[in-house]
Amino acid sequence: MNKEAQPSPELLQNSIKAWQNWFGGIAAQNKLVRPLQRWDTAGKVVKSDKHVINGPYVEIKESIGGLILIKAESYEEAIQIAQNCPILELGGNVEVRMADNPEG
Amino acid sequence: MKCVWPTIQRDNLYCLCRTLQRQFFIFYDMEKQELIPNLFRSEYQKIVSVLVRLFGIAEIETAEDIVSDTFLSATEAWSTRGLPENPTAWLYTVAKNKTKNHLKRDKLFQDKLSPEIQYLAATTEEFEIDLSSKNIGDSQLAMIFTVCNPQISLESQIALALNLLCGFGIQEIADAYLTNKEVVYKRLKRAKAKLKEVNVKIEQPGLTEISERLNTVLTTLYLLFSEGYYSTTKNSILRRDFCAEAMRLVYLLASQEQTNLPNVNALLSLMCFHVSRFDARANSDGEVILYHDQDESLWDHQMIEQGKYYLGLSARGNQLTKFHLEAAIAYWHTHKEDLPEKWLQILHLYNNLLIVEYSPIVALNRTYALAKVEGKTAAIIEAEKLNLSDNQFYYSLLGNLYTGIDNVVALDHYKQAMALANTDTDRLIITKHIQNLES
Repeated sequence: MNKEAQPSPELLQNSIKAWQNWFGGIAAQNKLVRPLQRWDTAGKVVKSDKHVINGPYVEIKESIGGLILIKAESYEEAIQIAQNCPILELGGNVEVRMADNPEG
Repeated sequence: MKCVWPTIQRDNLYCLCRTLQRQFFIFYDMEKQELIPNLFRSEYQKIVSVLVRLFGIAEIETAEDIVSDTFLSATEAWSTRGLPENPTAWLYTVAKNKTKNHLKRDKLFQDKLSPEIQYLAATTEEFEIDLSSKNIGDSQLAMIFTVCNPQISLESQIALALNLLCGFGIQEIADAYLTNKEVVYKRLKRAKAKLKEVNVKIEQPGLTEISERLNTVLTTLYLLFSEGYYSTTKNSILRRDFCAEAMRLVYLLASQEQTNLPNVNALLSLMCFHVSRFDARANSDGEVILYHDQDESLWDHQMIEQGKYYLGLSARGNQLTKFHLEAAIAYWHTHKEDLPEKWLQILHLYNNLLIVEYSPIVALNRTYALAKVEGKTAAIIEAEKLNLSDNQFYYSLLGNLYTGIDNVVALDHYKQAMALANTDTDRLIITKHIQNLES
């Protein structure tokens, strides 16, 4: 999610139903492995010299809002699910990655 | 929700269970035949639980024989001399005597018992069998945790629960399952053998057992309830009795301090809400009346109040279980009117229920709720992703969603549902939909 596109709390609140229905829809297809977990937008970064700095977004202008694990046969299927993610309506992106061991 | 009448609640449920069981204590000669089967059913599991707890699981048949023998004596005595003033006390006295006699006479049986009981039986003149209500309650609780054992298959657990925890006879169980006595007899025999093989020690569950096993126990009791609620047998009294018995067991858990937990109350609440519609969900021919067509005045509003009371009690702790979610869904269904808030809440609860535990039926129900909130077109897109092509209810749902949008497609779906349906009840419902579309 681009920092500038960070949605307002009110906008987020109004989108709660859309989020719930999106999870519900994935779960209804029995493809939900782990529900979305929101990530703190601040966070810390441990550099290679073990030095700790505030915020992971010093060099890139994006933050990861959360993580959701789903079951999908292929990237195509996962992308179809991701295309209905409410974050897109709020100006965010969805990054789709295949986990090596989905159960792990 | 706040509890304002705790003492009345307890009596209410008791009365309601009684009414459900049609268990009337009427002291007329004509009614005697009616009294005995119900009294025996409720006392059977109590005495068996106490004896099995005393003797150990290996002696389960001995316990059952003693109780059957007691009932035989009762039938003989009561039919000639009339009912005693207190039939229950009479049964307890005779059961105690028969147990003591059995202990004295049967050397082989004695040898199998624990040294402690052997010693007591040999040295004490009056070896007491404790049939106080406290010991009966404790023994039943112990028995529930013994029967609902994850090492035993679910099918066996249910058969044992019906027989040992509820006191249903082989014939009654066979009637409910539309099968014959032989099949039930074999199933019970296998289940009891398994119980002995696992050799569970029957004891009051400790806090660790309760937290580990309560979910198994509740799931089994929920299935037991469903057997009654969804049974295809036309014998509606028997179906009520199954539901009432399942509720009695959950109530027993709720009334014991160590098992009076939020999820137990949630399950009890769910059962109250379901049972409140019992009279409205079938016509005089036993045909199912769908929710939408039910006569709201037939809903049992006292039972709905019970459900709300237990739902209130379930709102403690920090665990949101599937029983909480299902009870809340059932609560919203007690509002017949299609308010927008109702379906928004139901959809939300189904979303969460699916996240807790996926099941095809919940996925279908969730999609139905979605149609109520976002319209049929949006729901069709979601429904078609479910891909439950071996499920008749999937096609019935699609039939419903396409009705009014594309009736030709709707008809086609209902026909597919018909091909997969395997009970007369389901076929009857689908036929009505097909007729509506064709007319």
